[in-house]
Amino acid sequence: MSLFLRAVLGLGLAFLYAPILVLAAYSFNASRLVTVWGGFSTRWYAALLADGPLVAAAWVSLRVALASGAVATVLGTLAALALARHGRFRSRPLLVGLVFAPMVMPEVIVGLSLLLLFVGIGLDRGVGTLVIAHATFCTGFVAVVVGARLRGLDRSLEEAAADLGAGPVRVFATVTLPLLGPAVLAGFLLAFTLSLDDLVIASFVSGPGATTLPMRLYSQVRLGVNPEINAASTLLVLAVTLAVLGASHLSARR
Amino acid sequence: MRARAGERWRARLVRLPPLIWLTAFFLVPFLITLKISLSDAATAMPPYLPVLDWQGGREGWASFLEALDFENYAVLWFDTFYRDAALSSLAYAGTASLVLVLFGTPLAYALARAPARLQTLLVALVVVPFWTSFLVRVYAWIAILKPEGLLNAGLLRLGLIARPLEILNTPAAVLIGLVYAYLPFMVLPLYAVMSRLDGSLREAAADLGAGPVRAFWSVTLPLAAPGIAAGALLCFIPMVGEFVIPDLLGGSDTLMLGRVLWSEFFSNRDWPLASAVAVLLLLIVIGPVLLFRGAGREAAR
Amino acid sequence: MAATTEASAPLLRLAGVTKRFGGAAAVDAVDLALAENEVFCLLGPSGCGKSTLLRLIAGFEQPDAGTIRLGTQDLTGLPAHRRPINMMFQSYALFPHMSVSRNVAYGLADRPRAERAARVADLLRMVRLEDFADRRPDTLSGGQRQRVALARALAREPRLLLLDEPLTALDRALREETQSELRALQRRLRTSFIVVTHDPEEAMRLADRVGVMAQGRIVQVGATAELYDRPASRYVAGLLGDVNLIPGRLGPGEPGGLRAVEIASGSLRARSPAADLSEGDAVVVAVRPERVALGPDQAGEGATVGIPATVAERVFLGDRIARTLHLGDGSAVRASGPPEGADAFPAGARVRLRFAAEAATILPA
Repeated sequence: MSLFLRAVLGLGLAFLYAPILVLAAYSFNASRLVTVWGGFSTRWYAALLADGPLVAAAWVSLRVALASGAVATVLGTLAALALARHGRFRSRPLLVGLVFAPMVMPEVIVGLSLLLLFVGIGLDRGVGTLVIAHATFCTGFVAVVVGARLRGLDRSLEEAAADLGAGPVRVFATVTLPLLGPAVLAGFLLAFTLSLDDLVIASFVSGPGATTLPMRLYSQVRLGVNPEINAASTLLVLAVTLAVLGASHLSARR
Repeated sequence: MRARAGERWRARLVRLPPLIWLTAFFLVPFLITLKISLSDAATAMPPYLPVLDWQGGREGWASFLEALDFENYAVLWFDTFYRDAALSSLAYAGTASLVLVLFGTPLAYALARAPARLQTLLVALVVVPFWTSFLVRVYAWIAILKPEGLLNAGLLRLGLIARPLEILNTPAAVLIGLVYAYLPFMVLPLYAVMSRLDGSLREAAADLGAGPVRAFWSVTLPLAAPGIAAGALLCFIPMVGEFVIPDLLGGSDTLMLGRVLWSEFFSNRDWPLASAVAVLLLLIVIGPVLLFRGAGREAAR
Repeated sequence: MAATTEASAPLLRLAGVTKRFGGAAAVDAVDLALAENEVFCLLGPSGCGKSTLLRLIAGFEQPDAGTIRLGTQDLTGLPAHRRPINMMFQSYALFPHMSVSRNVAYGLADRPRAERAARVADLLRMVRLEDFADRRPDTLSGGQRQRVALARALAREPRLLLLDEPLTALDRALREETQSELRALQRRLRTSFIVVTHDPEEAMRLADRVGVMAQGRIVQVGATAELYDRPASRYVAGLLGDVNLIPGRLGPGEPGGLRAVEIASGSLRARSPAADLSEGDAVVVAVRPERVALGPDQAGEGATVGIPATVAERVFLGDRIARTLHLGDGSAVRASGPPEGADAFPAGARVRLRFAAEAATILPA
């Protein structure tokens, strides 16, 4: 590899990581000021745990992420199966559009239109509407991850199982699903992460009493840099990093 | 045919749940948005008129349809504020996409050329920020860019500037934020295309006397072009509607459609106008979305 | 399982089986009857429809027309998992997440546990893999994987085993060994085989009968020697091995079931054509290179025996000598002979070439 390409890689990764590392470093800064290093301290992490609304928001986020991740995993896996395994059907273009459009659609549109639906049908806004909204925009991501694995799956494995007398249900349970398992779990972790991270859609569809962690962080971030937020962010980055490493480990496994 | 009938039912059972869910929570909401964009704002709950009276029968429908109009679109068209917001959204997203292509292409190429045993790790290193909290990554730049922030402190200490630079709350800060937040989005699809390119093509170019620059320019780049287009569109589409970055890094006068929609909705409580902005935003991104599907298909090949 | 009533009744019978993909027929009105204990080989290049035909028999595809019967049972429309037929896949399709023994046991889910274990042990012994029962497929060699696939496909004691390019994934040395093993196993188990292959040598080694496929149809069925020596078309002649096609015009009939053919540099005799041809029609004479014998071109007595030619090229190939000959009109004929005659007839030599009339087939041009 040439020196130039090495430099490009180094600079690129530095650009990607510097802000996050700065943030993490300053979460251990005893001083409240960004530019002044006041010594190492974990006081902001302690303050975090004592911050009742923040902990409550984290709890809401966790519940929403678990539930919406589970729903998105089921829907996304079914969508991937339908698109990869059941070939041509009349509603195929519709399904393709519905699965992939929410992934690229600006979040403000998804958030606003879901809110208008919930208001229109008189559904009370809260954790339930958050779960619905997040499951909707995460389904596509699960479908992409599972679909990639499905396309890599040798079809003759399923045919061999059928050839040996296994009916469709047994083929799915003993061959397709076990081989798909890591990708399904990876899809779940990604949906979980996306839900945990979402601010814009949640702001539209959540109601009183269902403030998520990003919503809470956002309301404080608007007031300026705050070491307690640095600490919370560092924890969030750590959690997401672990989830991503877990997911990539799982999807790399055969 | 027994086998086919069973197969048909199973296929239906598999595709109907996602189809129904996404129709109910993606397609229908959008149609509602379209309808409300034709309504008028009102101080009520819900804050728009008319509301369809389901008991009203045919007359109810008729008066409901009569009350719908294109007033909000007229506002969007004639009030320069919205037109400027749309144009500036396009300018921000376009400029950022261009910068992303310029930065992302060499980075993806370097990734694809990295030693095989390091590649998985390097790609993972690019992926991690991609999944790391968007809000946190944007927020991190506030501490760096603000007048008493790290960048200015560093430049002052080095004596490169005499007075702190005003970067935060300027278009430059918005661009930095967009490029930073979407860089993994650009690099990953590009890397996927470049890593699949046959290495022997590059070797053939070198064998025929092309230096590394000419080999990249004449062989790698043309073959990766569909990937570059796909990556750029993949970033451009959500950037047009971006809210968090202009809100946190741009000044209060930063005009982007996502932010306009947000304030129409949350501050002015004008749901019909916010809906009209959503429709406008959709009209702007629908072209690139269709283009992206074409480019994606090309890249997949 | 009770044997079929009559010995003469075929095990498998296809009638008018047709499968279209889009507009094109991948399998076009195929009729085929397969006897008990027979090894039948479907031979053809890729895209000729042989794999689709195999998948129709297995039940992975359903025919657009025609019927498929096994013994007295109509299989048409029945899904793969309800058919008493098993298949060995080209990729072997071993379940990567299961051990060797679980792979082999997969088709025995409906048997009691003890019986299943005993049967798996028998099968693994049969393919000499009893020490590999707990291994994962990806830790096995290609030949071992092939044997696992075979044991798994035979577990349910199918009356008919389908083999899709069974040896393609193996290297050459292993291929010959496996071919004779497969044949021995088939004789012992008395199971019928249908083998799909693009390799004529594989077909010759394994099959009792071969069906040559082209464009979705079976164009000729017969024992391999018959197909090799008496091809019904230029396509079949070329598919089964190297062949000379000498153009000419059909001459009059001769005693002994022979026919004269006028070629540019003389006249020769070959077996009467099966096809409906009349005198004067354009034909080709198909003759294998190893049937072409060479003699010295001596002036004077006996000079009329054989066709005069010039040796253009002589190549030593170890087990044989290959020569390219040019006839008077410039057309080329290949001849191959035993290595003993290596020194005779070098390039440039004038020769006479001959072949037995019985070794030559007249085909429509």
